[in-house]
Amino acid sequence: MDVQATTPLDPRVLDAMLPYLINYYGNPHSRTHAYGWESEAAMERARQQVASLIGADPREIIFTSGATESNNIAIKGVARFYRSRKKHLITTQTEHKCVLDSCRSLEAEGFQVTYLPVQKSGIIDLKELEAAIQPDTSLVSVMTVNNEIGVKQPIAEIGQICSSRKVYFHTDAAQAVGKIPLDVNDMKIDLMSISGHKIYGPKGVGAIYIRRRPRVRVEALQSGGGQERGMRSGTVPTPLVVGLGAACEVAQQEMEYDHKRISKLAERLIQNIMKSLPDVVMNGDPEHHYPGCINLSFAYVEGESLLMALKDVALSSGSACTSASLEPSYVLRAIGTDEDLAHSSIRFGIGRFTTEEEVDYTVEKCIQHVKRLREMSPLWEMVQDGIDLKSIKWTQH
Amino acid sequence: MAASSRAQVLDLYRAMLRESKRFSSYNYRTYAVRRIRDAFRENKNVKDPVEIQTLVNKAKRDLEVIRRQMDSRAVAQAEVHWHNLSSLQPPPPRFKQFSYLSLLISWDYRRTPSHLANFCIFSRDGVSLY
Repeated sequence: MDVQATTPLDPRVLDAMLPYLINYYGNPHSRTHAYGWESEAAMERARQQVASLIGADPREIIFTSGATESNNIAIKGVARFYRSRKKHLITTQTEHKCVLDSCRSLEAEGFQVTYLPVQKSGIIDLKELEAAIQPDTSLVSVMTVNNEIGVKQPIAEIGQICSSRKVYFHTDAAQAVGKIPLDVNDMKIDLMSISGHKIYGPKGVGAIYIRRRPRVRVEALQSGGGQERGMRSGTVPTPLVVGLGAACEVAQQEMEYDHKRISKLAERLIQNIMKSLPDVVMNGDPEHHYPGCINLSFAYVEGESLLMALKDVALSSGSACTSASLEPSYVLRAIGTDEDLAHSSIRFGIGRFTTEEEVDYTVEKCIQHVKRLREMSPLWEMVQDGIDLKSIKWTQH
Repeated sequence: MAASSRAQVLDLYRAMLRESKRFSSYNYRTYAVRRIRDAFRENKNVKDPVEIQTLVNKAKRDLEVIRRQMDSRAVAQAEVHWHNLSSLQPPPPRFKQFSYLSLLISWDYRRTPSHLANFCIFSRDGVSLY
């Protein structure tokens, strides 16, 4: 139940990839023989599949090694190209680590970055965004669906604001592509990052959408033979991009069915947990929310111990990128969650292959272990006795 | 081409469910069975023969996808089983060759298997991936 970290390969995607791993192993940039021509044809077919999922033209899709690389290209590439006239970028405090880190490295190069705060719901305030845009702002970057709390940002409205103020708009759509309908023209998106292994495709591949009309210029990060229109040099890995294309096509066909089913399972999980356990908080706006990513905080229970107790279910207490550190998630801190609740949060991920039995099992074990851990907790005892924990003066020994 | 009859569609449905139940992975197996049932149920009132044929063709292609996965998984499992039996010795070279060959044959679904030894590719048929 950790689909935000990664997803299994859909069997239809594996079927599409295998010929290119066995017989059709040509380099798509070889122009002189049939191995190359076939491989190139497959690569272009995949490009068309990715483009049609987001309403783009195939010439606007560049294949990369993943959403992290796509985010780096979008942010650093745009900022550096326009550096002579524009030195300001805007992003949010709940972005993925790679976006925040790219911005930090740009600050070291002399750029100015505004990190917009989010409201308690996890959604940014559009008025604050408008106020933050300066005459020398080159890029606004806001992720479509947050990977930790599942909150959906108002992308169409942000796109409208950015287009009216002539600022480029980038969105990290790794968790959203293929799960909710996206159209780069309706939503006025100029750059978009796509990840293969979040949509039942292979790991190690992604794509970036870069608008051509009006043209968005990007300084290339990776130098080399000029592949992918000079924006991302390096041999395009045919089996991986074929997998990404197939994953996008399957996602387009299955989007409605999957969304309906995942919503039903999410409802089941939340209702069953909340009706059996008091003091459970769902982080993030319940309305503007992707159902497959549920972040719950269980008060008076330590998140790590709950995860250890639920050892036969794959869960996480925040994103995989931050799971090594002991600090609570910066996303939860940004939405104003109390320190103790932030330590008690678990992220449940529901995907295409999740079954009702798996959800019921997880709910049952979760309820059982939360009750057990609360029995052991002196804080819980005090709460049951009616003591207000915030009024306690903890003495030093 | 005559449109598929009710009996043919039911045969196809049963064949797809039968193949899907052979997935060793719990999640793939349950997904395939559930998705096939829901898809056939959703389309059971379609009357237009052209649309019926399109749906049947797609189902046949999906059945082939599942069959190919069964073949390659069976081969992968047979190699593992052999390795476990004779853990101190590698599998005999002929067996390795045979299983690899059958994998190549099952994945060479766009051409006839006889060309396997010949690596010159001349055919230019337009193929959709699925």
